[in-house]
Amino acid sequence: MKITIGGVVEPGTTRANKTGGWRNFKPLYHKDKCIKCGLCSMLCPDSSVHEQEDKYVIFDFDFCKGCGICANECPKDAIEMVLEEK
Amino acid sequence: MTGKMTVVEGSYAVAHAVKICRPNVISAYPITPQTHIVEDLSQFMADGEIPNCEYINVESEFSAISTLVGASAVGARTYSSTTSQGLELMHEVLFNVSGMRLPIVMTVANRAVSAPINIWNDHQDSISQRDTGWMQLYAEDPQEAADMTAQAYRVAEDKDIMLPAMVCMDGFILSHVYEPVILLEQELTDEYLPGFEPEHILDPAKPKTFGAFADPSTYTEFRYLQQKGMDAALEKIENAADDFNKIFGRYYGGLIDTYEAEDAEILLFAMGSVVGTIKDVIDRARTEGVKVGLVKVRAFRPFPVEAIRKVVKDASVIVTLDKNISLGLNEGALCTEVKSCLYNTDINIPVIGFLLGHGGRDIPRRNIRMIIDKAKQVIRSGVTIESEYADLRGELI
Amino acid sequence: MSRLAPGHRGCAGCCDAMAANFVLEAIGDDAIVINPTGCLEVMTTPYPESAWEVPWIHSLFENAAAVATGVEAALRALGRKGDTKVVAMGGDGGTLDIGMQAISGAFERGDDITYVCIDNEAYMNTGVQRSGATPFNASTTTSPPGSQSFGNPRPKKNMPAIMAAHGSPYVATTSISYPKEMMRKVKKAVGIEGPTYIHAHAPCTTGWRFDTSKTVEIGKLAVETALWPMYEQEEGEITKVRKVKQPKPVEDYLKAQGRFKHLFTMEGGDEAIAKIQAIADWNIKHYGLE
Repeated sequence: MKITIGGVVEPGTTRANKTGGWRNFKPLYHKDKCIKCGLCSMLCPDSSVHEQEDKYVIFDFDFCKGCGICANECPKDAIEMVLEEK
Repeated sequence: MTGKMTVVEGSYAVAHAVKICRPNVISAYPITPQTHIVEDLSQFMADGEIPNCEYINVESEFSAISTLVGASAVGARTYSSTTSQGLELMHEVLFNVSGMRLPIVMTVANRAVSAPINIWNDHQDSISQRDTGWMQLYAEDPQEAADMTAQAYRVAEDKDIMLPAMVCMDGFILSHVYEPVILLEQELTDEYLPGFEPEHILDPAKPKTFGAFADPSTYTEFRYLQQKGMDAALEKIENAADDFNKIFGRYYGGLIDTYEAEDAEILLFAMGSVVGTIKDVIDRARTEGVKVGLVKVRAFRPFPVEAIRKVVKDASVIVTLDKNISLGLNEGALCTEVKSCLYNTDINIPVIGFLLGHGGRDIPRRNIRMIIDKAKQVIRSGVTIESEYADLRGELI
Repeated sequence: MSRLAPGHRGCAGCCDAMAANFVLEAIGDDAIVINPTGCLEVMTTPYPESAWEVPWIHSLFENAAAVATGVEAALRALGRKGDTKVVAMGGDGGTLDIGMQAISGAFERGDDITYVCIDNEAYMNTGVQRSGATPFNASTTTSPPGSQSFGNPRPKKNMPAIMAAHGSPYVATTSISYPKEMMRKVKKAVGIEGPTYIHAHAPCTTGWRFDTSKTVEIGKLAVETALWPMYEQEEGEITKVRKVKQPKPVEDYLKAQGRFKHLFTMEGGDEAIAKIQAIADWNIKHYGLE
């Protein structure tokens, strides 16, 4: 790495920092209960819940910090927080 | 090669120079004695004389310089002007500007700082900003202040420099004086000063992040690179002055200028308008056989260490004149810095400093003459007082 | 869609990241974002990384609005304005305390910017010190409860009213707990010429002391107890209010957070809570929430 003049930085480069290691609990997805409302994806502070083409979601465990907002806000209890086994 | 002389106020000469430099964003807050510059620029705007430019009337100097941070990052050529309390209020932002390597140019109509409140000229305001990472150039007269504006843009925006610059002109003495001046010609200035094309800009087509935070693993290198920019500016300031001379036929020195310095035993150092008075005194003293000369310091930041070492080597005594004081050291900045650049060399010349002209106190010729007489004593019997006021009114204390 | 890239250093359950995401989704890619110093700035831009996908600039704590003014002016001067939105977003401290002068100047001048205040009601980045947006009787590290105090002695500064008084064409309060509503308001704000202001309530898991999963839930309680009225104000007139049917008692909101815990254990806590209820009651009446 060479210092850029004035410290100008390229966009989206925090992806180098995998925050998944912060996690104590991880979301467990009960796809059968999911109504594909997209709320979990919208709310995730770490942009780690991704809606697929079929509107079901997948979790990006490279970055998910395990906050549990997705589980807490899911209207159908389709996400459950379980202890992360490391 | 040169245009016609017009009698204008110093502030007008500078405002006109700013206009001719084709700024894109001007932002300023009124403060005496800078006001005439921004009033003249406002009139140019009102008359549609500055194309592709926005003038922002802000609510403080802090916002004046802050708006220019945003504007410069977008790729605009930017300008502000201030003085004294206004400059002190900008202090925090000044570091930010230089650290982000934004080549903002600003005129400082030098004025004393409060308390006691005082609107007249000295250099305490800009000298107090010496470590903010801005280049500082000091003008001797309105013509130089105007021409220096174009020179400042050229150096500041150079891709090897990318540092902001203050063009310092003595408040009232230069800002409010009417003198014959050759106003900058548009065509020649366009030839001299290329457009501002920074490598990085804020642009949705190419999104970049400006102003990230650096932890201890990189911070040192940012500071180092700022100093490298200052180092590179030494030569660029000289080149900017030479090239200006080629196009406009006017020259005021590069980093420094000298007057009767070649064979001088007594070498005076000064910055700004007092240089004119000193030249008059030197002319008179020379007729009496006193070997006295002058070094006019044009660039205070970057400080011209090598140029000074070279120019002083045959002198018997160096005398600095400072319109500022570092309280607690009892010295002005020129005194301290000239001394410091002679250390660790084989130059062993006594340096004495005089503080004068603070808060707008007049500097009559006889004061300069008295200083020269004291310098003669130093040649005869060595240094007794390193630094003192040259114009203290003893009866008041 | 230009949400924040993952990998930023925000706490688990961070309200700032959520707020930034909603703003970014609402304004789209053709935008320049200005951020004062604060959590959002620090957690998203540790050199040489950045979580931002849009052009973004941070200068200082107190000057985001002025920097935004400069960005907007430069775009115009250089003929690059087009539809580019200039949006500043900062915390409560950077907006209504130390940034007050700059934002007031920008709004008085009528600059074409949108300012989003992400209000988490204290200086979280420095360790939860009181700000002018800290609510009445909240415990912070510089307004702790003690034998002579129930916590912060003053109610929140009414910043949206101040911004509306500047003649802003559009001022709206919102909450990160209502993302669709928040995005609608931000979108509306950036679509209006002139200085527009969004004040988003943003519960902070770290500073307010609740579980990381409750960020949205707590924000909803603030609205449901009428402690955070949500409304839109156009050209000075309140034009739209989110009604609160059968407001919940403020205890429901207070007891869910560590920063108000002392009110339930201290002698005289009942009266202190009653004063907070009075604030909610005033909101209900003043904004016509029921």
